[in-house]
Amino acid sequence: MRRNKWFTWLAMLLAVVLVFAGCSKPKESTGGSSEKPSAQDTLVYGRGGDSVSLDPATVTDGESLKVTKNIFDTLLDYNDNDTSVKPALATKWTVSEDGLTYTFELRQGVKFHDGTDFNAEAVVFNFERWANGNEDKFPYYGSMFGGYKNDEGHVIKEVKAIDDYTVQFVLKRPQAPFLKNIAMPPFAIASPEAVKKYGDKFGEHPVGTGPFIFKEWKRNERIMLEKNKEYWEKGYPKLNQLIFVSIPDNSARLNALLKGEIDIMEDLNPTDLKQVEGNKEFQIFKRPSMNVAYVGLTATRGPLKNKLVRQALNHAVDKKAIIDAFYAGQAEVAKNPMPPSIPGYNDAIQDYPFDLEKAKQLLAEAGYPNGFEIELWAMPVPRPYMPDGQKIAEAIQANFAKIGVKAKIVSYEWATYLEKLAKGEADTFMLGWTGDNGDADNFLYALLDKDSIGSNNYTYFANDELHNILVEAQTVSDENKRNELYKQAQEIIKEEAPWIPLVHSTPLLAGKTNIQGFHPHPTGSDKFTKVEFQ
Amino acid sequence: MIIPVLFGMSLVVFFMIRAIPGNPAQVILGQKATKEAVAALTHKLGLDEPWYVQYVKYIGGLLRGDLGESIRTGAPIAEEIWPYLAATLELSLAAMLIAVVIGVNAGIISAWFQHSWFDYIAMVLALIGVSMPIFWLGLMEQWLFSIQLDWLPTSGREDVRNPIEPITHLYLIDTLLSGNTEQFWQVVQHLVLPSMALATIPMAIIARMTRSSMLEVMKSDYIRTARAKGVSMFWVVYKHSLKNAIIPVLTVIGLQTGLLLGGAILTETIFSWPGIGRYIYDAIGYRDYPVIQSGILIIAAIFIFINLIVDLLYAAIDPRIKYN
Amino acid sequence: MAELARTPATPPTAIEEERTVSLWGEAWQRFRKNKIALVGTGIVLFFIMIAILAPWLAPYDYKEQQLAERLQPPSSEHWFGTDDFGRDIFSRVIYGARISLWVGFFSVLGSIVVGSLLGIIAGYYGRWIDGVISRLFDIMLAFPSILLAIGIVAVLGPSLQNALIAIAVINVPNFGRLIRSRVLSIKQEEYIMAAKAIGMSDWRILFHHILPNSLAPIIVQGTLAIATAIIEAAALGFLGLGAQPPNPEWGKMLSDAKDFLTQAPWTMIFPGLAIMLTVLGFNLMGDGLRDALDPRMKS
Repeated sequence: MRRNKWFTWLAMLLAVVLVFAGCSKPKESTGGSSEKPSAQDTLVYGRGGDSVSLDPATVTDGESLKVTKNIFDTLLDYNDNDTSVKPALATKWTVSEDGLTYTFELRQGVKFHDGTDFNAEAVVFNFERWANGNEDKFPYYGSMFGGYKNDEGHVIKEVKAIDDYTVQFVLKRPQAPFLKNIAMPPFAIASPEAVKKYGDKFGEHPVGTGPFIFKEWKRNERIMLEKNKEYWEKGYPKLNQLIFVSIPDNSARLNALLKGEIDIMEDLNPTDLKQVEGNKEFQIFKRPSMNVAYVGLTATRGPLKNKLVRQALNHAVDKKAIIDAFYAGQAEVAKNPMPPSIPGYNDAIQDYPFDLEKAKQLLAEAGYPNGFEIELWAMPVPRPYMPDGQKIAEAIQANFAKIGVKAKIVSYEWATYLEKLAKGEADTFMLGWTGDNGDADNFLYALLDKDSIGSNNYTYFANDELHNILVEAQTVSDENKRNELYKQAQEIIKEEAPWIPLVHSTPLLAGKTNIQGFHPHPTGSDKFTKVEFQ
Repeated sequence: MIIPVLFGMSLVVFFMIRAIPGNPAQVILGQKATKEAVAALTHKLGLDEPWYVQYVKYIGGLLRGDLGESIRTGAPIAEEIWPYLAATLELSLAAMLIAVVIGVNAGIISAWFQHSWFDYIAMVLALIGVSMPIFWLGLMEQWLFSIQLDWLPTSGREDVRNPIEPITHLYLIDTLLSGNTEQFWQVVQHLVLPSMALATIPMAIIARMTRSSMLEVMKSDYIRTARAKGVSMFWVVYKHSLKNAIIPVLTVIGLQTGLLLGGAILTETIFSWPGIGRYIYDAIGYRDYPVIQSGILIIAAIFIFINLIVDLLYAAIDPRIKYN
Repeated sequence: MAELARTPATPPTAIEEERTVSLWGEAWQRFRKNKIALVGTGIVLFFIMIAILAPWLAPYDYKEQQLAERLQPPSSEHWFGTDDFGRDIFSRVIYGARISLWVGFFSVLGSIVVGSLLGIIAGYYGRWIDGVISRLFDIMLAFPSILLAIGIVAVLGPSLQNALIAIAVINVPNFGRLIRSRVLSIKQEEYIMAAKAIGMSDWRILFHHILPNSLAPIIVQGTLAIATAIIEAAALGFLGLGAQPPNPEWGKMLSDAKDFLTQAPWTMIFPGLAIMLTVLGFNLMGDGLRDALDPRMKS
């Protein structure tokens, strides 16, 4: 029975020791500014969630695509700061007069990570794989190329290998943004051998031609990639290891950065900007804006059916104050549904000024001199275009109150939120959109055309004039003509006011000062080929 | 006894999660999905089948030992779930260890020195401990020890740059098995804050229980005589109190461990601990039905299992307790 | 002759008075002497007062946003500082007391009503209906309570009312089991058998004999349950599943404060303290009640 007493004392002692051990200063490996002068070659990137799968064609979430962007290459790639294209796996290309035939010359001597050759056969294999699929297997393929093999809307008639290093695409009808679409991360070329070998499990064993090779994936924790020593861009990549870590909580991620546990973090809260700016050990990276945050005014509900009401609400929001308070100034006021970086942006349009008197006047004209009650839906999760939907909703709620519109804030969690929006259940709602390929169609058609009702047009806005313009713009090849059409479209949208466009935000990232070569891309998927530590 | 309860639970969970608005297919495909894509995925996942078909399929799988596949990742849940479970187990066990060691001893000392300043302070602290929301305590700990004092890491189980090769996924054991003492201390450092937060309530409960149990013991004639003889008999009393404390402590361990398993979700959120509480909570957010169903069943099964062991220990320790 | 009956040593009136002083009175005496319990009750009354007098006590409107004065540390103008909307935290904490007390009280009330009903039916009628109800309780208790609450709110939609309902539901088995075991033990008592023998209807027996005898444990459990209900409400609020903006629910305030730990710790400290003190108050009060009513509970 003596044992009891000693055991307890021992356990107590152990507990005390553990606590003290825990309290000792963290060692070198967890420490921040290291005394080691040698260049670091492992980069740890902290993001807000885990990837779903590493098979780029099967996913739609940014967390998956930002990782696959480094394991795979596409035929063409985007330039650093916008969505203009440059050669990647394809070195040269020609387009036929009628815009129906695209011929690509492929880069030679490139190998997949499993040693097999990259060639025209591989390209054909990949595109065939996708065309033979359907919406739930390869969602992006269908939406960018109009469907699948047997669909009427399917734009690609055939893909064929002319010789080992030349591949040709024949389209059924011209598609203006075709080259931009080809460059999108989901359409990366995977090793046919590996796809055949792993089948459905390819998402856990990705094999591409990219600068980094997949090493390991601990779900909800980290994904580890290693340098591809045989990468086709000689001298690159510079890093030896690239690790993606999921830390869902924004402030926890910041703390991890401040303590040196990670090297770069994304989705820095604008409210934390000052703190990081003042710290010499870290630098701020800005992701060029290719997004929009808006308040949707569902055209089928209550007072919102009246255009004057929608315009009145547009006058009632103090966008500048919102930018200062919630975006730390890192955003610009939005007057159009798409950001200025998109070709076809209509800068001539004047935004509805913040004018409470005008707003009340319009309301009275519409028959609501005493305002009305309405619901304002907000999402409870941070989005790249909106760091805190609920808080911004609160500010707007206060704005609306001043013109007599009593808004009740309703929140559902993200999954429910989207579903209910799709059904048209929300009066007014907060939402946003990040562009995929830098094309105007990707904004205007996807979000405001009547064809998109039930998909991404949550306001149920249906305007035939707009519809005709947008459909025409899809087939026109002449860029200038297209831009004209889109400018017209934006004028219609401004007049009809189906939204209150809020801001185009500049998502912020923060990282160590000695990181070079990192240029966050507007699409949200960054390639780390040229990144290195000084 | 257990089977009907588990069955009942699976039915309740099955219906409840399907009552939550939101289509898993929509969630997986995200904001940019088209109507057609969502419909196609819904069909592929078998979510448009009548509820009894889905339920029977699920139960059938369970009986064959198949916990189903995660809708989101496609991986078999039986494989996927173990690292999360291990993470929470490690955290819970660490918390319980702290709670028992400190709680029992604090209770005994409080009782022995009843009405002393130690007693009052300890009992006040215990009451405060039971009254504190865990998430607040966790945040305060993070603020104080991690940010202000920079003594301990803020989140996670391990240092990202120095990852641990998981064998059992219980990192304390794994690092010892691989002989890597530096990593062992890192794991300990990462464990300290969250387990201290989790330990607070059980510690307080155990301390109070042990104290009252010991006070009972001390009232007995045998002990009063011993006390009259002075402090040297402390150890005799200590020994007796421990024996008596075991029963209430076991009760609390049984109850609390179950609570810790599922209830650790708040602590896991704050400390980014990749445990099963968060696994299930995230699954609710993703409408990942199979994960929610199987995850909750596993937690419940473990909880019941622990209680069973506790019951058996009772019987072993106190032969007066009979069971049918 | 009447004078002889009254002896000064033990005046009969005194004895009779003692007998008519009920056991409740004894309990009250015990409670009054328990200093810690009184402190707890004091705290509870303090918060109730704050909640009632909120409009007069709060220096600012809890909704009023002053975006220019965001995240100010505590000062003479803002005793608890301001939050990230520039709202006065002191005022928000005061109004938050209303929400927490309201949720705590009514959710527990709901649990008591439903739980007692189920417990009585199970205990009194026994056999298969007892089996069903007890099994139901087992199933509910096998769930980690917070996940069950999250599930219920997920189904109903996040709002304060639904959080209240969820908390009420998860606490039903506790009261249910309590009442059931009281009923089981009282059922055997002779006076119940006697009442049945003379043909008293079941309902009368239940409500006139069994319920009053169960009142004491309900009061104790109820008070302690309010304490846990307040924490559970704050937890749901913390996860964003409770009160919606701009309501100053303490848990939601903590969730908002999470992002500002380094810059503005006061946004986190004060709401958390408020929760802790309120819960402490109820716990102390509950403990005191348990000690005071103890002999009755043991019977």
